[in-house]
Amino acid sequence: MMAAAQSKSRGRWLLWGGYGLLLGVLPLLFHQGFALTLMCQIGTVMIFSLSFNMLLGQAGMLSFGHAVYAGLGAYIAVHTLNFIGKGTIVFPVTLLPLVGGLAGAFFGVLFGYVTTKKSGTPFAMITLGIGELVAAMALMFPDFFGGEGGISTNRVAGSPLLGFITYGPQIQVYYLVAAWLFVCTAALYAYTQTPLGRIANAVRDNPERVEFIGYETRRVRYLVLIISGFFAGVSGGLSAINFEIVSAENVSAIRSGTVLLFTYIGGIGFFFGPMIGSILLGLFVVVLSTITNAWLLYLGLFFVLVVMYCPGGIAGLIMLQVPLVRARRLRAMLPAYALAALAGVVLLAGLILAVEMLYYHALEAANAGPVMHLIGIELNVLSVPPWIAVAVLAVAGFALLAAARRLVAARWERVTNGLAGGALR
Amino acid sequence: MEFFLISLLNGASYGLLLFMLSSGLTLIFSMMGVLNFAHASFYMLGAYFAYQVSREVGFWWALVIAPLVVGLLGALVERFMLRRVHRFGHVPELLLTFGLAYLIEEFVHLAWGRSAVEYKVPAALDHPLFTLYGTNFPAYRGFMMGISLLMLLAIYLLLKRTRIGLVIQASLTHPGMVEALGHNVPRVFMGVFGGGCALAGLAGVIGGNAFVTEPGMAAAVGSIIFVVAVVGGMGSLTGAFIASLLIGVIQTFAVALDYSLLNLASLAGWQLTPQTPLYVVWKLTIAQVAPILPYLFLVLILIFRPRGLMGTREG
Repeated sequence: MMAAAQSKSRGRWLLWGGYGLLLGVLPLLFHQGFALTLMCQIGTVMIFSLSFNMLLGQAGMLSFGHAVYAGLGAYIAVHTLNFIGKGTIVFPVTLLPLVGGLAGAFFGVLFGYVTTKKSGTPFAMITLGIGELVAAMALMFPDFFGGEGGISTNRVAGSPLLGFITYGPQIQVYYLVAAWLFVCTAALYAYTQTPLGRIANAVRDNPERVEFIGYETRRVRYLVLIISGFFAGVSGGLSAINFEIVSAENVSAIRSGTVLLFTYIGGIGFFFGPMIGSILLGLFVVVLSTITNAWLLYLGLFFVLVVMYCPGGIAGLIMLQVPLVRARRLRAMLPAYALAALAGVVLLAGLILAVEMLYYHALEAANAGPVMHLIGIELNVLSVPPWIAVAVLAVAGFALLAAARRLVAARWERVTNGLAGGALR
Repeated sequence: MEFFLISLLNGASYGLLLFMLSSGLTLIFSMMGVLNFAHASFYMLGAYFAYQVSREVGFWWALVIAPLVVGLLGALVERFMLRRVHRFGHVPELLLTFGLAYLIEEFVHLAWGRSAVEYKVPAALDHPLFTLYGTNFPAYRGFMMGISLLMLLAIYLLLKRTRIGLVIQASLTHPGMVEALGHNVPRVFMGVFGGGCALAGLAGVIGGNAFVTEPGMAAAVGSIIFVVAVVGGMGSLTGAFIASLLIGVIQTFAVALDYSLLNLASLAGWQLTPQTPLYVVWKLTIAQVAPILPYLFLVLILIFRPRGLMGTREG
């Protein structure tokens, strides 16, 4: 028993130490300006999606207006930063995310009073309404929200930390984001182990029984929302420092929808799911939005497929393999997975070809002529051959997929039967 | 007086349109517990289909064909997508329709481009219906109100006076018993979902040319119909009706009123200057506040009457 507990705690130290180390050495591997900016952005989104999963994954509260807390936190932070710049107040920029966090928590207290009166679907609709309310207000009060252009700022303000950290160079901002990310991840994980975190799980699973054992579910939801608003505000404060501008887009429904997509695709059932989702989809969106018009379609399609066929998200898929890895039986599944991956690649190729040709036909063919370039291949979208290719890829892909499904199911049954009573219970 | 009457009529026609949307939403919600996030997207599809059909064979065919196509699409979505997710619970269902809203918007971009299409009021209805104290009331607005009221009557009769309505109502409260009596409850659900979507499609056909047919139209009306559903009381058709009219009228009046609290204060004899604290709030005109009025209404209802106007359940 003792040895098991000891190895578990050692594993935990290794995990968190490795996480901290990774955050520390990443900029040594990717030191180009673009990569640094991207990593800063992904870091803030990770905090944001972790705070979102406090609601959706851990307390069963689906919010369509979570950007309100991050966005308003960012606004308060950016105004504070401007005051620091003017010398009106003295405050270290390093702790600016804390200002954003407190603002987020304040608005959590304010709006949460109304939204947490309901749970489930009505809660989702009301958060949508609050989100729209704030987004509409952003255009009504240009003095505070900066109207269409937003509020811009300069992050080099006040006296430098330790004499040389001014947050002028992007690398210093990276370490600021990394430090806050590490602290927030640890705090959010610790939260899941507290009595409040545990009772929030219970509220998600069976609110009626929670009422029976003497807890007020509404108060639990309210508290969770306030804490979640705090961390969303921290991420807002960090994004204000990183981008040096905050605009009405920060509180918009689009932002709220994006964090929902990232979190759900990453996997809401596990603590690290939203982190995976933010990293993968953050890269996905940045890369795809530069090369294709259709990135929103791909993102939406991906989301719908995950909801329909893989409700555990990416984290759920990974965790399914853990018992196999433990029992050293993963190898038996690899051929089946390879076939499934092949089917996926073929289908994806067909889909991409079709979608890109359709988008080109709809949006650009009128100006640029019927010939488009896709990864160096010239395609005439008005001719027949490319569409035959789409059809062939689709038929082959679905045939492969059907075969892969059979193979995966058969192998899975054989492997897990072998484990029955052992690692899998 | 003329302003009041014309605004009231315009508000009522907008409110009735909102009700056509929210009635489908409410019906689907109260039967299946599914909040159809893509409901407004079906409204948008209705408008675009009507635009396409009316270019080929004319508006009157569009009025019939477009809602049917949208209803069929809705039924397919229920059969092949929602039913799959049903066993995971209501939140995944909501998320599925949320993703669907993304996909439909992108599909509209693909098929009809990113800017508004020229979907016009038919010539036969493009004239003033009557003139009131010098202000025209367009015939098309009257037509919209007529269609909405006819629709309302049809739903009422279908639900309350026919055998089909009886089965639908029974499946709402006692699905197990209805199934035991030999009815196919999943198929009833499919029909209700398709029917609700067809209603949204019809609203799109008559709303698309009265307002504007563009890819942003779903998002513009989507959150308003959710407000209607919550304010009226989740799952209550009567509540949805009252809330739709109320919100339609409030919004129509608000956009036309160019008064602010400054005017009120000067009536009371106070002079507010830019130096007065919170001057940005005082100087806002009612027209400027119009976009947020439905949401403020929502917040007030939740504070003072959490179950909505006509709702029965707390939850």
